[in-house]
Amino acid sequence: MSYSERTRGVYQQQLSDIREAGLFKQERFIHSPQAADIEVEFPAGASLQKVINVCANNYLGLSSHPEVIKAAHEGLDQRGYGMSSVRFICGTQDIHRELENKVTEFLGTEDTILFPSCMDANAGVFEAILTKDDIMISDRLVHASIVDGMRLCSAEHDTYKHGDMDHLEKKLQQFQDKRMRIIINDGVYSMDGDTAKLDEIVRLAEAYDAMVFVDDSHASGFIGKTGRGTHEKCGVIGKMDIITTTFGKALGGASGGCVSGRREIVEMCRQRARPYLFSNAMAPVIISGVLKAFEILNRSTELRDKLEENARYWRNGLTEAGFVLKKGDTPIVPVMLFNAKLAQDFSRDLYGEGVYAIGFFFPVVAKGQARIRTQLSAAHQKHHLDKALAAFIKVGKKYNILGKTEEEIVQMYGL
Amino acid sequence: MEDIKEVILQYVIEEYADEDDELTYSSPLISSGLVDSFSMVSLKRFLEVKYKISIPDEDASPEAFDSVDKIADLVKRFTS
Repeated sequence: MSYSERTRGVYQQQLSDIREAGLFKQERFIHSPQAADIEVEFPAGASLQKVINVCANNYLGLSSHPEVIKAAHEGLDQRGYGMSSVRFICGTQDIHRELENKVTEFLGTEDTILFPSCMDANAGVFEAILTKDDIMISDRLVHASIVDGMRLCSAEHDTYKHGDMDHLEKKLQQFQDKRMRIIINDGVYSMDGDTAKLDEIVRLAEAYDAMVFVDDSHASGFIGKTGRGTHEKCGVIGKMDIITTTFGKALGGASGGCVSGRREIVEMCRQRARPYLFSNAMAPVIISGVLKAFEILNRSTELRDKLEENARYWRNGLTEAGFVLKKGDTPIVPVMLFNAKLAQDFSRDLYGEGVYAIGFFFPVVAKGQARIRTQLSAAHQKHHLDKALAAFIKVGKKYNILGKTEEEIVQMYGL
Repeated sequence: MEDIKEVILQYVIEEYADEDDELTYSSPLISSGLVDSFSMVSLKRFLEVKYKISIPDEDASPEAFDSVDKIADLVKRFTS
């Protein structure tokens, strides 16, 4: 046996350190489909509790949409369960090509390649298209999967202050000696719910000969008037060189992602992106569900309109109740509590009131910026939001934070 | 040496710090999360241009960049 007691002890100590630091993540078991109302077993072994879910990425309510489920069933029947192959050997069906074309059309790009996840897309794209002679300049708050992708790439990297266009310009000037420059951003930043200023970024990219990359995972399907994403909101459709996004959030919520953008870049990914080359093709059942999700979105903007209205209603309700929120206009609405323990206690009490929302604190967000991140869905009805608001207000009163400023909350609970 | 430290400190404050961060020569930069390892590249570039030196990648470790004091030591090593 090579897994000695000493080796076991090393891991036990590490896990104990994680627990002591208050960073141990525990899963809650959901016994129902993903939806606005879910039945949860938490902690493990506890009896089921029916709660309102305000922390899913199920922005458009498509995760359990009857049309998506039906399409997935049909895909299963007609194209089978699995491909048992990577794409370039014998894993590409006609529906893979159909989905790639559908994404290209929806996002307004030149071409698209599917990946098993957006994490894989971000992990593979930079290495496939850049060399050590190039520079990647990323916003300091980009998603962890982008950071991992940049680490796997031999190009040099630097960062610019979050959303600071003057700083970005300075960096672009500084790296004019590089062969190629790429500006890397999230479309919607998932912890704060703010959006990248893609119009200004495109202007700088054109002035300093740089490519623009955006991960629109928290935007595709609902940001912008017809839900195309952050580039639609900012009026720069057709100007994005690379968009990565996921099908695991608004677009059905199962799994899968893609790189969409310039034809040559997509082709380079097809030839060189390792997570694409060495992962199984996306399962037909998921491709079929995502195709249906796009059909629903192309038919009408009803779902993204409802989501927008829900987000407005929720944000207004929390503001009127006296909570401190991060400013924004997306369905990600962070309720600021600043203190990590307060965020954990608040989340626990909300659960007791029938609302499922999670506290986020350092190192996921900066120290002293602990919060409950709430996420709206088109699946929420007004009665869900009213009940959840009542729970927030009840718990907010318990901790005496309603109507209090950041300074006052910090004074009461510390950072 | 104080002059070098002050130049580096001012650069770090301008480039990385928030308004309420109080930084000294010994404040941890990378291990505290203030400067992420990706941002080290511009700091290294700044030092190389400012002091007309070349810092080999193997010497530009997160440990060697973890405080203004340590960075000043590194600069001194390559200027002398």
